[in-house]
Amino acid sequence: MAVDLSDPYKARAHARSMHGTQIKAMPTIPVSNARELPSDVPKADLLWDETLAAGDYCSRVLKRGSRLRLINLDGDACVNFLAYNADHPIERLNVADTVKVKWSAYLGQGKLLLSDMGRVLMSITTDTCGQHDTFCGASNAKTNAAKYGDGQNYSPHPNARDRFTIALTKHGLGKKDIAPNVNFFKSVKIDPEGNTIFASLSKAGDVVELRAEMNVLVLIANTPHVLDPRKAYTAGDLRVLAWKSAITGSDDPIRNASPESQRAFENTEDLYL
Amino acid sequence: MNTVYDFTIPARAPWSGIVRKGQTFRIVDLEGNQAVDCVFYNSRDPAERYSAPDTIAAQKNIFLTTGTTLMSNEGNPMLTITADTCGRHDTIGGACSCESNTLRYGHHTKHQHACVENFTYELAQHGLGKRDMTSNINWFMNVPVEADGALGIVDGISAPGKYVEMRAEMDTMVVISNCPQINNPCNGFNPTPVRVIITEPETEIAPSALG
Repeated sequence: MAVDLSDPYKARAHARSMHGTQIKAMPTIPVSNARELPSDVPKADLLWDETLAAGDYCSRVLKRGSRLRLINLDGDACVNFLAYNADHPIERLNVADTVKVKWSAYLGQGKLLLSDMGRVLMSITTDTCGQHDTFCGASNAKTNAAKYGDGQNYSPHPNARDRFTIALTKHGLGKKDIAPNVNFFKSVKIDPEGNTIFASLSKAGDVVELRAEMNVLVLIANTPHVLDPRKAYTAGDLRVLAWKSAITGSDDPIRNASPESQRAFENTEDLYL
Repeated sequence: MNTVYDFTIPARAPWSGIVRKGQTFRIVDLEGNQAVDCVFYNSRDPAERYSAPDTIAAQKNIFLTTGTTLMSNEGNPMLTITADTCGRHDTIGGACSCESNTLRYGHHTKHQHACVENFTYELAQHGLGKRDMTSNINWFMNVPVEADGALGIVDGISAPGKYVEMRAEMDTMVVISNCPQINNPCNGFNPTPVRVIITEPETEIAPSALG
């Protein structure tokens, strides 16, 4: 049904009639209006509540000590994730150091996301899934076009790399700042011959919670994994929550879990003297 | 094949050069078990560069050997490995840096020379910098992943004279750090020189015939 929008007054009334519309995939602003919060999330300290549908992305600066919870609402989200030192973003996630320093290719509770400057960006404080990917990075326009027919940002099949590009431009950064990323909630394991084994093993309600160990800029896209074999562009809804919390203390068990972790935290604490 | 370039990179040193589309680039591990950290850029647009995750996802395998296509971050083939007498090479282990050495071995290693020092220095000669540091290849380096995810740089499988050769699928800038690491077995605790050779097919028309 055509609406008569022939003058600015009618157009204004039409635009304003949308006020208050609620859909599932949107940010809650002000965040104090957040509903259906998990009982252990302190509402008074809440910073961020946003839900991403397939293809959506978001980014935000989180202060040191903040907690970031990723909730895999229906078990089929694929979180393409990057992190930077927010005050000095030339320092960014280094996946190779993340796996090499901890002597482990697989992420999980207690693991650290390390920067390329020998510091810890974020630590994983909770992980009910335990099945993630440190190998395969981001889809791009060509890989999505091969699977879905197209992969451009303006298409129904936006790719992770282009999502990262746009998110970075909003922080004064660009294509050159896209480092290899990790993917949460989609599993890539390695067999003895070096082959990648992709699997979707997460279940509805799975949680990854990260603690910011420095002031961080996080980029989150929810696009299908580059090895996801399904012909349809599929990613389940993701809820992103963040709240203020205490800076990690010197007696923290994740900080002190290994000599490598301890030195990563010491290097980070040195930055804040 | 005509040899258009032949150079021995000293131990611990950086190097860069251009390999044009259709040319072949060979790296020779002269004395054995020498990790050669290596990145590639589209020489016309260095924002397009080698990507370890894209290469792994494209071939669904973490090891590089004959037949591997080295992919860019834009999903384009950059080079194809055409010969490999070593057997396999690493692309998940990253490049050593002064900063990561402090995590891996202790703060006493802060002032040891490292690959990221070589890379950023060499990139700076081309107007590039740390933003251009990207995922890399470690030729001749051995990084297995065990069933439980345990991963580490272990004794090499290379030997004196082993080489890897690749054909450029686009005009490519190569940047190498001949790895100076002395805290793990990637260089047999003794960094040594490596040789790089660029060759190209014989031209179909001899230059004299053009006169």
